[in-house]
Amino acid sequence: MSSTAPPIESVTWFGAALRLTVPALRRLMHNRSFVIGAALVLFVALIAIFADLLAPYDPLRSNFRARFVAPNGEHWFGTDHFGRDLLSRVIYGGRISLSIGFFVVVVTGVAGTTIGALAGYFRRLDNPLMRLMDALMAFPAILLAIVISAVLGASVVNVVIALSIATSPHTARIVRGSVLVVREMEYVEAGRALGASDLRLLFGHVLINALAPLIVRLTYVFAIAILAEAVLSYIGVGPPPPTPTFGNIIAGERDFLETAPWTTIFPGLAIVISVLGLNLLGDGLRDVLDPRMKL
Amino acid sequence: MWQFIVRRLLISVPVLALVSLMSFAVIWLVPGDPAAVFLDAGATPQQLAQVRHQLGLDEPFHLQMLAWYGRILHGDLGRSILLNRSVAAAIVERLPVTLSLTALALAFAVAMGIVAGLLAAMRHGGWADQSIMVLALVGLSVPEFWFGLMLIFAFAVRLHWFPAGNFVPINVSFAGWWQSMALPAFTLAAVQMGFIARMTRSAMLEVLHQDFIRTADAKGLPWSVVVARHGLPNALVPILTVIGIVTGGLLGGAVVVEQVFSLPGVGRLVIGAVLSRDFPVIQGTLLFVAVIYLLINLTVDVLYAVVDPRVRLE
Repeated sequence: MSSTAPPIESVTWFGAALRLTVPALRRLMHNRSFVIGAALVLFVALIAIFADLLAPYDPLRSNFRARFVAPNGEHWFGTDHFGRDLLSRVIYGGRISLSIGFFVVVVTGVAGTTIGALAGYFRRLDNPLMRLMDALMAFPAILLAIVISAVLGASVVNVVIALSIATSPHTARIVRGSVLVVREMEYVEAGRALGASDLRLLFGHVLINALAPLIVRLTYVFAIAILAEAVLSYIGVGPPPPTPTFGNIIAGERDFLETAPWTTIFPGLAIVISVLGLNLLGDGLRDVLDPRMKL
Repeated sequence: MWQFIVRRLLISVPVLALVSLMSFAVIWLVPGDPAAVFLDAGATPQQLAQVRHQLGLDEPFHLQMLAWYGRILHGDLGRSILLNRSVAAAIVERLPVTLSLTALALAFAVAMGIVAGLLAAMRHGGWADQSIMVLALVGLSVPEFWFGLMLIFAFAVRLHWFPAGNFVPINVSFAGWWQSMALPAFTLAAVQMGFIARMTRSAMLEVLHQDFIRTADAKGLPWSVVVARHGLPNALVPILTVIGIVTGGLLGGAVVVEQVFSLPGVGRLVIGAVLSRDFPVIQGTLLFVAVIYLLINLTVDVLYAVVDPRVRLE
């Protein structure tokens, strides 16, 4: 898909996007992973968007007469140690956790693409930029995120920054790899012969054909970010309570696993469903857009 | 072969220099005064000055860097301001726990992953293939710490098969060690085995479609021999790559899982340091873990060259 070079006059962002999207969408609709994944992601995203309408209770309102109520008809997911309704907390928590994932995708998308594109296109930048990425990748990503988030101070914004620093290097490496291949194609040379500047060639013509692996990677980044937010919150360096996130609901109830297991089980299942949906979506996109990638 | 290893080592030198710089630079990310972050709000100016001195913050920037590089070249990772002891000694003391956890988890993950992947590839498209792949993907979608909590709830709290968080060193009692390590190692492995299973399956599928497999099959070799002797060795390079990645993932995951199961490893050391802002411990452990990580990558690269001689000539 990404290797076919369309005639040069049509390689605008819009034209190429259309060319890539229509047949790809048709094939995606026949891909089981993609369809199930998209359905799960849509389900989770809609709940997060319409949290105000869907949540039966105020997620922050405590009721000390109704602490640790087991799941029942009134409280589907039960209540926590403050007597707060767990279903409402999970619904609102999804809003924050998914937003964190979304912003990590945006920041990683911009940073990883820019670094990878510059390294892949300009030979002189390649070595310094990629050695820097290698060095960042020498730390376990989750440890790097924990340390950065803790040092910057726990907040939603800092969690996004920490996770983006941890996920960008790998993304940059993927983009660089595709740019290295596309850069050598004849239509790029033709563009150069017509007098297009390097930056115009890179951002207007080369990147568009390196898009497929990036889209696949960013889908997985979304999944990774949701998992990592939960870990950061569990460790105690995530978005601070009382604002619920998937992770800090579990973190806040960790002492009550024995007596009130539902307070741990349900938010965890919400993470699994969201991440599973994104992973399925990523697998489907990979199968259709970029069959060469294996993982 | 030696030439290959030496060349590979030389490439890692600049990365190593950058990694040590980054480990040190963590302290620059602190908004404001790192000493004030470490101490409580009620700290006296003398206490602040003392911590600043311990962190070397009263020196000019280039001297701080020189001192850091001078120390790490001698294997000195600094002194913890909270524990008032050498960071290197604290790491070495906790290392066996983390290493044995990672090794056990790796053994679980490789065994389960390769068997599951082989099974899926040999039953390509069948129900066994599909259920293994679904399980692998669900495994990749589960947060390790939550899965660990669920295992504690099921097997320690409810069934009492394992004690909940009572670490026993291996030299005290092997049975006790096994009891305290089995659940955390399985937690780590269950999540990471998905990668190995998926890669084994796709690498095997690619190999099994090749002509030499058909030849081996056609000359009457039993299918199990074809898969084990002709198939698997040729699928090993991508599987090794992913085992390298998984080892890194296990190391990162161990940090979190040690926390869940209260294992006294390097992970708990660094989390404790992160939460108390004990910067020398954070810097030292970051550097240490990164060096281990680079060594794993180096080992994997050397293993490629062993498995596939073509790599050496590159």
